Amino acid sequence: MSPHSSANEPAIELVGIDKKFGTVHANKDINLSVAKGSIHGIIGENGAGKSTLMSILYGFYHADAGEIRIQGTPVTIRDSQAAIAVGIGMVHQHFMLVENFTVLENVMLGAEGGQLLAKGVAGARKELKRLETEYGLDVDPDALIEELPVGRQQRVEILKALYRGADILILDEPTGVLTPAEADHLFRILRVLRDQGKTIILITHKLREIMAITDTVSVMRRGEMVATRKTSETTVAELAELMVGRRVLLRVEKGDANPGPVLLSVRNLTVKDGRGVTMVDDVSFDVRAGEIVGIAGVAGNGQSELLEAIAGIRKPVSGEILIDGQPVDSVDPARLRQLGLAHIPEDRHHMGLVLKFEEYENSILGYHRDPRYGRGAMLDLDAVRKDAEEKIAKYDIRPPNARLKTANFSGGNQQKIVVAREIERDPKMLLIGQPTRGVDIGAIEFIHRRIIEMRDAGKAVLLVSVELDEIRSLSDRILVMFAGKVVGEKSSDADEQSLGLMMAGIAA
Amino acid sequence: MEYFDTFVSILGSAIRLSIPLLFTALAGLFSERAGIFDIGLEGKMLASAFAAACVAYWTGNAWAGLGAGILISIIFSLLHGFASITNRGNQIVSGVALNFVAAGLTIVLGQAWFNQGGRTGQVPPEGRFSGIILPGADMMREVPIIGPLYANVISGNNILTYIAFLMVPISWWVLYRTRFGLRLRAVGENPGAVDTAGVSVVWLRYRALIVTGFLAGFAGTYLSIAQSAAFINNMSAGKGYIALAALIFAKWKPVPVMFACLLFGFLDAFANFMQGKSMPLIGEVPVQIFQALPYILTCVLLAGFIGVARPPKAGGVAYTKER
Repeated sequence: MSPHSSANEPAIELVGIDKKFGTVHANKDINLSVAKGSIHGIIGENGAGKSTLMSILYGFYHADAGEIRIQGTPVTIRDSQAAIAVGIGMVHQHFMLVENFTVLENVMLGAEGGQLLAKGVAGARKELKRLETEYGLDVDPDALIEELPVGRQQRVEILKALYRGADILILDEPTGVLTPAEADHLFRILRVLRDQGKTIILITHKLREIMAITDTVSVMRRGEMVATRKTSETTVAELAELMVGRRVLLRVEKGDANPGPVLLSVRNLTVKDGRGVTMVDDVSFDVRAGEIVGIAGVAGNGQSELLEAIAGIRKPVSGEILIDGQPVDSVDPARLRQLGLAHIPEDRHHMGLVLKFEEYENSILGYHRDPRYGRGAMLDLDAVRKDAEEKIAKYDIRPPNARLKTANFSGGNQQKIVVAREIERDPKMLLIGQPTRGVDIGAIEFIHRRIIEMRDAGKAVLLVSVELDEIRSLSDRILVMFAGKVVGEKSSDADEQSLGLMMAGIAA
Repeated sequence: MEYFDTFVSILGSAIRLSIPLLFTALAGLFSERAGIFDIGLEGKMLASAFAAACVAYWTGNAWAGLGAGILISIIFSLLHGFASITNRGNQIVSGVALNFVAAGLTIVLGQAWFNQGGRTGQVPPEGRFSGIILPGADMMREVPIIGPLYANVISGNNILTYIAFLMVPISWWVLYRTRFGLRLRAVGENPGAVDTAGVSVVWLRYRALIVTGFLAGFAGTYLSIAQSAAFINNMSAGKGYIALAALIFAKWKPVPVMFACLLFGFLDAFANFMQGKSMPLIGEVPVQIFQALPYILTCVLLAGFIGVARPPKAGGVAYTKER
């Protein structure tokens, strides 16, 4: 560290940071000052420029203009090596770990302490032991990464940064993959780190986390730093408004459900994944017309496979799926669509859209055989484009250009393309996986309202989401999945803690 | 005893045939563990065989030949790196292209320089690597069982053979006991981890390819001035691909690579031995059956008998920093 550093200097200071990618102005004249020994949140919608800013700090990109000061001293961060050298450590959203390496090897990578590994190993073990006792970060150094749960893998990422002597820790969306209990554990660790004098920058789009853990919060919107507040002096509503630039409803308003007859029925369904592992284990439930059934659970507990089996993408091993009382025995998504089942898949990039297609092409994907869109082998492109333009207007898809390549739309607008396609078919049943993953607040509100409208129009809705808030605010009934089984059912007013325990498989 | 002598002679021949495979498979090991597929091993082998034969012919010095073989092979490796690392081109396309360049260039240059239909001139004995009789080989010969094995299989090989076997523990040591090896294995699995640890992915991958070129240079040199005494058209004859098969068969690990190469060498030697011989009950078996065995074996074993062969996860993908 610089010899000039003093307690009063901010740990990190950004002055006039500016960055353009072609015509996209990702960061506009950003000023930010983070106090030493504090937890500073940076919040903003997707594409607001948070990640770009942090990438500049970690040497992935170079700012076109502006200055970075660490403990008052201006520094140039050319690459990650330089960032490490000035004491910046980063915990990436997608862990930068080598999965078939041990914890120790991952921690040592890039800081081996000599040409031969043997020399550094003993020292690294000792240092890991010290970090464990000092910060409560316990991980077995000889465990393989691929055998650790995600919460522990993340701890390895934090250890990597501390091992390299980081004083400033940047965490990019750290709770996206964690259970509520794991997230709480992470927050406890972060508080310990702060109390020991480390400076922490937390990037997130979850307002709740900002309120729970940060001391100060800065809001970014469209590449600009629009406000900085003391967390104790602000509210969720104010932050949300700052992020979006207008007032937003954080919780959708909805009336009581008015359930009708059973439309979708799942009986003793068992599904295995490609490796032959049982992912859905003897699951049974019903979804009635006019209700939203939410499936809560930590990612990877069988929700995806359940959804795929119902959608006709994955063949179940045993069990029955009844649509409108009729058993469905063939794995054929096209036939299911004819029966009135619409599916908004979990991963729009891999299943919902062909990113290289133009918008109008994606807007009929899966329904391209409809006589409205053409005859025989030929598509009636005028009809298709006209139809796409109507959807664009109705769903406020931006930019309103049916001829634009789908990859060039933002995440929220891509999701709207999928939602418009499926909902505008007026299906009887709607399967939805992660409706708002990677979608900004404004679009979330819009999509949530559409889902409620579907329910009120008497459709059966099955919703799978790893966002507990989303499940709680939309669902009329909540089923919790753990290790392939439905471990319990709760009403929509169930408290978060009891749901969290069920998701972790602790209580039923 | 007659059967034993035959066995010893097949074994000796198996060793000789497995050496180019061993060098090449170890070469491939380094690039593939670093995340660069190298289908161009065949071309490197061929180009270095040609270069080694030319230089050995002109200078009469086998070591100069080896140096030339290594040099040209490293140049080919760097070209592969320039296409697939620096310019993020498709690694398979780049490798195949280099194979074609090597196949064509050796014939054209060979014809222009030596005028013997693509052959190089006969390399004089001092320009070749010839067999080394290990101490005590003649004395040991009379000892039953071990004697002939020592005298005919272990002793009497050229220096490159011993270097090849030495390369196995060295490769293992470099991969698992050095900083370079740790980083190399990491960059083949998750280059992002290497990059964010402050290590250059590009330079690391180039260094891996240089090692690949170095080892493949030995393989080519062995073909033209240790096993033979001249370069002949297309003398690598698909060995680069067999070496790749051995590498997959051995799950990208140095010691199993050695055993896989020995096995494939043995099958090759056995095929040569069976040529024209008739088997009881069946009669004469076409030699092609035996020549195809390594490929058939790889397919069958990969299809389930050796478990899942997990290639380096980042293999074949050029690294781009994500936004």
